[in-house]
Amino acid sequence: MTEIDKNLKYRLTENVVSRDIEGEIIIVPLTAGIGDSEDELFSLNETGKAVWGYLDGTNSVQEIIDLLGKKYESDKNEITDDVTGFLKELLSRNMIEAV
Amino acid sequence: MDRSKFVEKVKPHESGFFSRGSHTIGHLDIELTERCDNNCIHCSINIPENSPEQKRELNTSEWKRVIKEAADLGVMKIRFTGGEPLLREDFSDLYMFTRRLGIKVIIFTNARKITEKISKMLSEFPPMEKLEVSVYGMSRESYEKISRVPGSYEEFHSGIDLLLKSNIPFVVKGILLSDNISEKEEFESWASTLPWMDQPPSYSSNFELRERRDSNSKNRMIDSLRNTPDDPIGIYSENRKLTKSKIEFMTKFIGPPGPELFSCGAGQSGSVDAYGFIHPCLTLKADEYSYDLKTGTIKEAVFEFFPKKLNTKATNPEYLKKCSKCFLKGLCLQCPSRAWSESGTFDSPVEYLCNVAHKEAQDLGLLKGDEKGWEVTDWKKRIKKLEEKGNDRDR
Repeated sequence: MTEIDKNLKYRLTENVVSRDIEGEIIIVPLTAGIGDSEDELFSLNETGKAVWGYLDGTNSVQEIIDLLGKKYESDKNEITDDVTGFLKELLSRNMIEAV
Repeated sequence: MDRSKFVEKVKPHESGFFSRGSHTIGHLDIELTERCDNNCIHCSINIPENSPEQKRELNTSEWKRVIKEAADLGVMKIRFTGGEPLLREDFSDLYMFTRRLGIKVIIFTNARKITEKISKMLSEFPPMEKLEVSVYGMSRESYEKISRVPGSYEEFHSGIDLLLKSNIPFVVKGILLSDNISEKEEFESWASTLPWMDQPPSYSSNFELRERRDSNSKNRMIDSLRNTPDDPIGIYSENRKLTKSKIEFMTKFIGPPGPELFSCGAGQSGSVDAYGFIHPCLTLKADEYSYDLKTGTIKEAVFEFFPKKLNTKATNPEYLKKCSKCFLKGLCLQCPSRAWSESGTFDSPVEYLCNVAHKEAQDLGLLKGDEKGWEVTDWKKRIKKLEEKGNDRDR
């Protein structure tokens, strides 16, 4: 799986549309090849939801980690693992791209 | 922080998203136009392709406003139907607008207007739901006897070829009439070769009168396609076989419905017609149940207007004597929409539908001889027996 460069900034690709429905983030494939079948959508867990709002291409990965560190007061290494794990998964699904 | 799977696949209807909020709806039907390039003998809605009614249709920006509000209300799926929805020149624009809002799209079409451009768009930006293509015959002769448009068969085939070439998922569905009944086997055999047909094709076999009560001559034509009261099922009997899913459906809804007219789920979402009126279901076009989206919103219609209107109870003595007490509800297609298209009232029993349901019930052994569904008191026992019969079949 691709390694995450913490100096890079990421944003959503045009392959997906994100929707907030009743507090759930739903990611809807827009282009062919994102979902495995024609009717698949994706939702995020709590970590995903916490990171998702920062993926607009303005914050670097390190800045996102720092912001979440202040917000959640968790162990920094744990947050780093969670954020990079999440971004790796999104990258592998072509849902985000580096700016 | 939560270290379980970050991104998970979901199916919205299983996720419960829409049971949490009081102001979300899951899907919306949109009848983009009532115009159609076919002129099918059995159709309950079509008007000619170049009808002046086109001027009354919502324009592109009005449709976008409706679709945007649908997205804001949480709609995950929109069905574009008609008439023939691909007759709208702005179809691609509306389709892409809808998909870019994160809404899945179902398209009901006859496939005649599937062009290279449309298939390219559907291939690059999949609708995320299978297209549903109506098929009227397996030969030019049979197809065009029903569609009544020379050249339509050729165009239908060209559309199907493009869908196959572009690998765009679609299913086919049929209508059985005397002009094409002899091709049923050929149709099903062809349908089974299509990669996305995971079950045999469905058939439309209920000849509904004109939804807008707009043409006596067309109604006479539709009525003439129906079978006789003695044999109301007629040529469709092959499709009326007892299956496990059928028994499950029937037993779920079986039992006297009482005087409430709307127990079918109508109004939980809505259907927007070509002129911007939202109705509780696709076929109920009566003014009494229509809400104008040019001056109001979907939210007002679904959460204020429909609930007030849909608690209507039947007052017709014949309905109260028969339908409200009849246990064949899971078999009978009687509903306010069909009653209105037949008689102009919402609670008149439709004799044709009653005959069909009774014939089916007799075939299933739920009724004996000339018994009527509203006369039977031990119906629970009979249903239980039928369920056991169904279970035996599955062993």
